[in-house]
Amino acid sequence: MNPRLTQRIAFAILLICTLIVIVPVLLIVAMIIKNGAGAISWEFLTTMPRAGMKEGGIFPAIVGTLYLVFGAVLFALPLGVFASVYLTEYARDNYFTRLVKLAIVNLAGVPSVIYGLFGLGLFVTFLHFGTSIISGSLTLGIMILPVIITASREALDSVPRSFREVSLSLGGSKWQTIKRVVIPNALPGILTGTVLGVSRAAGETAPILFTVAAFYLPRLPNSPFDQVMALPYHLYVLSTQVPNVKSSITYGTALVLITIVLLMNLFAIIIRSRFRRRKRW
Amino acid sequence: MTRDKRNQRIREFFIEKTISASGIASVVIVVLIFVFLLKDGLSLFKIESIQDFLSGKLWYPISDPPKFGILPLILGSIVVTAGATAISVPIGVASAIYIAEVSSPRIKEYLKAGVELLAAIPSVVLGFIGVVTLVPFVKQFFNLPTGLTAFSGSIMLAFMAMPTIVSIAEDALTAVPRSYREGALALGATKWQTIYKVTVPSAASGIVAAVMLGVGRVIGETMAVMMITGNAAVIPKSIFQPVRTLTATIAAEMGETVRGSDHFYALFAIGIVLFLITFFINMIADLYLHREKR
Amino acid sequence: MVSPKISVKDLDIRFGGIHALKEVSLDIMNNEILGVIGPANSGKTSFLRAVNRFNDLVPNYQMSGRITIDGLDIYGQVDRNGLRRKVGMVFALPVPLPLSIFDNIAYGPQLHGISSRKKLCEIVEKALKAAFLWDEVKDRLKKPAHNLSGGQQQRLCIARTLAVEPEVILFDEPCSGLDPISTAKVEEAMLQLKSRYTIVLVTNNTKQAARVSDRTAFFLMGELVEIDKTDKIFTAPADTRTSDYIEGRFG
Repeated sequence: MNPRLTQRIAFAILLICTLIVIVPVLLIVAMIIKNGAGAISWEFLTTMPRAGMKEGGIFPAIVGTLYLVFGAVLFALPLGVFASVYLTEYARDNYFTRLVKLAIVNLAGVPSVIYGLFGLGLFVTFLHFGTSIISGSLTLGIMILPVIITASREALDSVPRSFREVSLSLGGSKWQTIKRVVIPNALPGILTGTVLGVSRAAGETAPILFTVAAFYLPRLPNSPFDQVMALPYHLYVLSTQVPNVKSSITYGTALVLITIVLLMNLFAIIIRSRFRRRKRW
Repeated sequence: MTRDKRNQRIREFFIEKTISASGIASVVIVVLIFVFLLKDGLSLFKIESIQDFLSGKLWYPISDPPKFGILPLILGSIVVTAGATAISVPIGVASAIYIAEVSSPRIKEYLKAGVELLAAIPSVVLGFIGVVTLVPFVKQFFNLPTGLTAFSGSIMLAFMAMPTIVSIAEDALTAVPRSYREGALALGATKWQTIYKVTVPSAASGIVAAVMLGVGRVIGETMAVMMITGNAAVIPKSIFQPVRTLTATIAAEMGETVRGSDHFYALFAIGIVLFLITFFINMIADLYLHREKR
Repeated sequence: MVSPKISVKDLDIRFGGIHALKEVSLDIMNNEILGVIGPANSGKTSFLRAVNRFNDLVPNYQMSGRITIDGLDIYGQVDRNGLRRKVGMVFALPVPLPLSIFDNIAYGPQLHGISSRKKLCEIVEKALKAAFLWDEVKDRLKKPAHNLSGGQQQRLCIARTLAVEPEVILFDEPCSGLDPISTAKVEEAMLQLKSRYTIVLVTNNTKQAARVSDRTAFFLMGELVEIDKTDKIFTAPADTRTSDYIEGRFG
């Protein structure tokens, strides 16, 4: 066959495959917006669910998700950044360090439900935190820890060694060099990784299933040892566990959830693209 | 000056200790994940042999006496994963090629944003959409008693694997040095010949890694699978039957178990199996990624 | 006899299995430019990086011997950061930090606790003038440093080194990435600086050593072949290997 024609056919097939990936996601988002927008109102966002979740709002689920995400970041961000500074700047490059790095990279690919089991075993049972915000936050935090560490390590590694040498050659101590040169230049990468990790935490259901999520709890938590509702679990419950829910409530919940998640992703993309424009080495 | 210097030294000492402590803490966490999974999971094997657990054909965890055979669950995971892989690998790799090699730079940015959008959508949302669209469609189109089947699950999971496959394969293709392509084009090859004879083979190990990571993602996926595959713990005879995966079993049953019961331990034991499978797959992917770099 | 600024005695350096420097002894005087020449892998950079303890950054580095500055053993009880403040270094390629011109120069003094804006302005101006860059950049101190040309960037790096008031400046092939005109400017700056500093210049370019240095040391495969007045090295070297190298028969 004529190679030009072959090429045309091949490219057409590739294009079709690309459209198969991209078009459904646009349809899904459009569908959620179309069916969910009607449900969104001040009342929906700020009131308790009523009548076995078939009526009313989703306020406690929104608050619950925000608490969980906030707790996870509070725990995982400092620990993750410090740990990655340790691994890239301080740890000796020996067999053990390499093993640790490998284990952390691989933990990022461990299924979220496994983190749920771990949270149940460690926080809920062993440490007696019970099913609570603190157990759920820590579980989510540990789930995103490998993501933050991996992204931060990449960002730290990408800061040229010559920058470190300049700072040291001027008499800067190791920590001064890290604080004034390495971390500022790695910050956009660290933030991008963190935000992506957090957006994943906000949408995950499996890790909070047995560590915090309440099926139906129409009140706000009083302490970190309380259970809460959470958006992703609420969506799961509405769409599979409760019969005859108005579809607008379910779609509305989905819309709020993807809005939160996509806003976080947008934020990450903005940081990344602004940084790319500025980066010149 | 000297006092300032001394204070600075003391401060740095504590900061550096904090950093080391965080490094050690992250190591401890890695170890704890293994320990806690093993601690509860291995308790099952006091009452059940590993062989019966892995090859037992019946999963009746709450009957009396209970049966903890996870073969149907393993097969359920395999069937769904195989289906999802069969769909997502060709389509994912093809669109990676299109995005990396064919599309114009401007279109490329939009396509990549689309792939990232897909990656960002939580699995529970995809599960919900699957329940309201795909499941009734499958039921009607194939004239089945229920649309909650392995087939529906495979389609849904294919969409979750695709962003991973596309973005990592695309990175691998983009990393192929331009001189390779120019060499082929200079010899009179068409763009397409260059792609399949030079670019794709050069990026092969990265593409393999992309596929492995996609498969890892699919095996570990929980919520969408639980919502769509029907959750029947029987050995699947066809893809148009309800199946139950390892992940869904843990997620669906953990809420109803008594802590410290055999059933509880059995779910942790499933966790170990799952952990080993995904860890193994990720290791292979990592190996291929590193080969690419060298 | 004047006591030397830097005295190197039996310096021996290994990186793992590689024997980079073999029993080198030499003295460097106050206010002189010592040129260090030699082919690739002759140990000249390892030698230079021993003087500000930069080799310490390499994990499998081993050394023996003694280096003293003003009679103090720098591998003894001396604080490494203090040493590096006293012994500045200019690298082969200009490395402006991703900051403004002003902040690049002010970076060092700020490390050492100077925060007064007025004081920093004085330091920056003085350093830029000493590196012959002030007139070219005085109107755009707030602009990013990487917008400067290569030669300007290298003089910026010199100014940055001067800003922490070192006593010794180590130049590690400072003109290897520069065009002849920029090179001439950097060389001119070095000649002016030697009245106040002790300078060690490692260079690939033997002609540069001939133009700038007072004395020249020739290194080959980790050994110091000879060290003498520059015109002696270039006109009547004691060792045939030196003349072979200078005349371009190898390296």
